[in-house]
Amino acid sequence: MIRTTLAVLAISLAAPAWAETYTISPGSNAQERLQEALILAEPGDEIVLAPGKYEITDGLSLDVDNVTLRGAGMKRSVLDFTNQQGAGEGLMVTSDNVTLRGFSVVNPKGDGIKSKGADQIIYDKIRVEWTGGPKASNGAYGIYPVESKNVLVQDSYVRGASDAGIYVGQSENIIVRRNMVVQNVAGIEIENSNFAEVTQNVTTKNTGGILVFDLPGLPKVGGGSVLVTKNAVLKNNTGNFAPEGNIVASVPAGTGIMVMANSGVHISDNVLKGNQTAHVMLVAYTQKFADDRYEPRPVDVVIRGNQFEGGGTKPDFPGGEQLVAAVGGSIPPVLTDGLHQDLAVVDRVGVLSLGLTRVGQSIAEANPAPVPRSEVTSSEAITPLKPVRFPAEMEARLQ
Amino acid sequence: MKASWLALLASTAVLAGTVTHSYARSPASVNLDAVLEGTPRSLSEYGFFADLRAQTAAYGVEHYELNTALYSDGADKLRFIYVAGAQSIGAEGDGLLDLPVGSAIIKTFAFDEGADRRLIETRVLLHRTDGWVALPYRWNDEQTDAKLALAGGRFPLTRPDGSQISYRIPNKNQCKNCHQMDGEVIPIGPKVRNLSPEWLSDMTEAGYFTATPKASAMVPMWDARGGSTQAETAALARGYLDVNCAHCHQPGGSASNSGLDLRWEQDDPHAIGIRKPPVAAGRGAGGHLVSIAPGDPDASILVYRMESNEPGVVMPELGRGTVDEEGVAIVRDWIKAMPAR
Repeated sequence: MIRTTLAVLAISLAAPAWAETYTISPGSNAQERLQEALILAEPGDEIVLAPGKYEITDGLSLDVDNVTLRGAGMKRSVLDFTNQQGAGEGLMVTSDNVTLRGFSVVNPKGDGIKSKGADQIIYDKIRVEWTGGPKASNGAYGIYPVESKNVLVQDSYVRGASDAGIYVGQSENIIVRRNMVVQNVAGIEIENSNFAEVTQNVTTKNTGGILVFDLPGLPKVGGGSVLVTKNAVLKNNTGNFAPEGNIVASVPAGTGIMVMANSGVHISDNVLKGNQTAHVMLVAYTQKFADDRYEPRPVDVVIRGNQFEGGGTKPDFPGGEQLVAAVGGSIPPVLTDGLHQDLAVVDRVGVLSLGLTRVGQSIAEANPAPVPRSEVTSSEAITPLKPVRFPAEMEARLQ
Repeated sequence: MKASWLALLASTAVLAGTVTHSYARSPASVNLDAVLEGTPRSLSEYGFFADLRAQTAAYGVEHYELNTALYSDGADKLRFIYVAGAQSIGAEGDGLLDLPVGSAIIKTFAFDEGADRRLIETRVLLHRTDGWVALPYRWNDEQTDAKLALAGGRFPLTRPDGSQISYRIPNKNQCKNCHQMDGEVIPIGPKVRNLSPEWLSDMTEAGYFTATPKASAMVPMWDARGGSTQAETAALARGYLDVNCAHCHQPGGSASNSGLDLRWEQDDPHAIGIRKPPVAAGRGAGGHLVSIAPGDPDASILVYRMESNEPGVVMPELGRGTVDEEGVAIVRDWIKAMPAR
């Protein structure tokens, strides 16, 4: 009863005075103590991971709204899943208004941290790392919010994911900023999502730096309104180590930024260096599908203000070597399969088309040719995408 | 609040006893307070059993079985249902029974140990005024009672065939991982289509249903399986997938984002995985291109994940540490018989 009265008051106060802080320290039964705290927490509570290494053998999970799980920093509070025996991820969050801050998840057997249907989630200064480097036996995703509204991933680090380091799927209103993603198959992937900003990240030594994908046949289809800006996309040339069958297994090593399907993707003010297939790649979905909602081609893509350097000399696809020879030593910064619609390339760089004319056509039938500037120059002014804004409550948690 | 609720239950009991039901159920020894409120620390506090150790149900607690059951490392499962007062159980269509507030579902996991039986854990689902709550209880070594295990547990266990396994009791959140629909906890097991007609009829006679529920298409009796026609195998496989996978793999379930829908009633081939590429399977795909490759179980992700025990690959993600060979065999036969095109 008292709790109920207080809960009513809670709505009117910014900082609930009675919110509890539980501090968990490493040592015996740490997993059980931590999981119990995650279960018994009340909205407003904070669970603090004291510095040190925590041996975790099963998946952890949080299902209470408005809880903060905070460590002493991504190098100091380490949840070590090297001996994990159960569950599909290290930590699972299924509640809203959760803040994850300043800790590491190391060597999970499946995904690192997954949040599903978890609105207003903040990932801040989180590290997910497979310490053995790129291996097909590593888990799929490092940071993995899905089916959520208002998602922020910032100042985090992911290394070694056998699919995507930071993967946001089937979500809306997303900012992924100031992260460092290294040696993953995809550094950052935005999939079947809308209204996203990927900005000020460093993506290097992945197979592909930043992917913006849309796939058919999922509950949420029709991704778009994605801004990829001010990122450093450098030397993403690691051989593709994704297990076959996954869509990212088809990403050529040496891909900078890749757009598959989607409507409204703006790629601006990025620095792209030494990506050996192509800095920017636009492709249609290649497999069969039966989904009336789905647009398989990349539509309304804008490329402007980017800086390109090197790259394009060793494309990782069949016939790549011949293609390089034919076009004078390197693939130009923008490579398209030819199926794009409404492409605007403001940057004064070459655009090479593989000349495909229908969705699903085999790349063996490619007919490569440079795209004349007139075909990618829009006479209309480009309307910038609407900036992503979060609810005030969420911004307040960043203060 | 609680007092008025109990009074309401009591009054419906009087009414129902004389009007709705063929005979009135006596007030049970079950502690309704424990069902409706709080977090009881021991299983004994509920009073679900007349004899806890022997798992003899208290008066008003009914035993039930499922036609096809979820595989849990070969554990025996003792299932019970409790309905407060003399309320009726709703049943519309083939799906989940609509158990009123004040109901409980109780499931004890046990392994034979020689001539004896060792109780491992008991999971309870409680229907409270603000929804269902799932709580796990772990049996003590003396087998006198089971204690609340909010954070779950993991320990070595010897199965009747002598094999050693690492047994996992799920934590409270992991209960919800499977028992959830659109973020709310719900029961999974007691669906009309997966309960025997005899039990449904007995329960009607005992006054729990106003009319005997009847499924339009019943999930086959797993233990009585014998036939091996393609249709029989398909029904067994689809029943198995419904019970073992569909609690997550359906719209609103924990694996909704996969787009895979393994419910019994789903008839879209792509939705149940036929020639469906994976979405977020990662290494769980095992190098295979589709969930189900007709005619080729060895190329089907679904079979690959059923045959794995490795975290990150194994499906279901929770609840088993060993392969269900019999389940795999049926699913393999079903996929093998599918025309490859």
